[in-house]
Amino acid sequence: MRDVRLLADAFDPGALVEQFRATNPGLGGICTFVGEVRSDTGVEVLELSHYEPLTLPSMEELADKAFVRFDLMGLLMIHRVGQMLPGEPIVCVSAAAKHRRAAIDAVDYCMDHLKAAAWFWKREKRDGEWSWIEPRSDDYADLARWK
Amino acid sequence: MAVTVLFLGPLRDLAGAESGEFPAPLDWEGLLSSVAPEVAEQLRQERVNVACAGKVLVHKTSLNAQDGDEVALLPPVSGG
Repeated sequence: MRDVRLLADAFDPGALVEQFRATNPGLGGICTFVGEVRSDTGVEVLELSHYEPLTLPSMEELADKAFVRFDLMGLLMIHRVGQMLPGEPIVCVSAAAKHRRAAIDAVDYCMDHLKAAAWFWKREKRDGEWSWIEPRSDDYADLARWK
Repeated sequence: MAVTVLFLGPLRDLAGAESGEFPAPLDWEGLLSSVAPEVAEQLRQERVNVACAGKVLVHKTSLNAQDGDEVALLPPVSGG
């Protein structure tokens, strides 16, 4: 079972993962990562923009690669766009597999690629001022682990 | 008719607009001379990609946008 989506509104990762789990009968393990807007750094709002013709197709392509690379039964990949408040979920990746290693590695792989190679641009508002978030070298290093 | 150029992410602030319309056909040199100098400077950097009609160009200097095409200027993605 494969579910790749961009969402413009707030979502409940727990409900999505439960639904996903139920559609993969016979699974041996499920691994889930949920990323949220940090709330300890003075950020008032986080805004993610994307480019429709590229962003979702690039996520589908990433899911294709994960299925080739890991022995998966199912993959859930949900990413928010638009404005989010601290504590709101941004991303949820969940992988179901017969064995744990494939599920854990697939989530790690998808997250590294979503962070460093997917078509999203972020800006954050602090004290009423917007600023763009620049790429971090750590993200490229994370990506290099999978070459 | 024209080529629509989209300024994505931080390029939107540099361009002062989300998009612009330029006469077709539009090639790389035409693009550089049509956009604001600050945007052209960014475009010349390797880390900025260009998509035309929904595909990221392997060599952005080969841009050859036709009437009705959408060209997207893609700055590096934000990461963490």
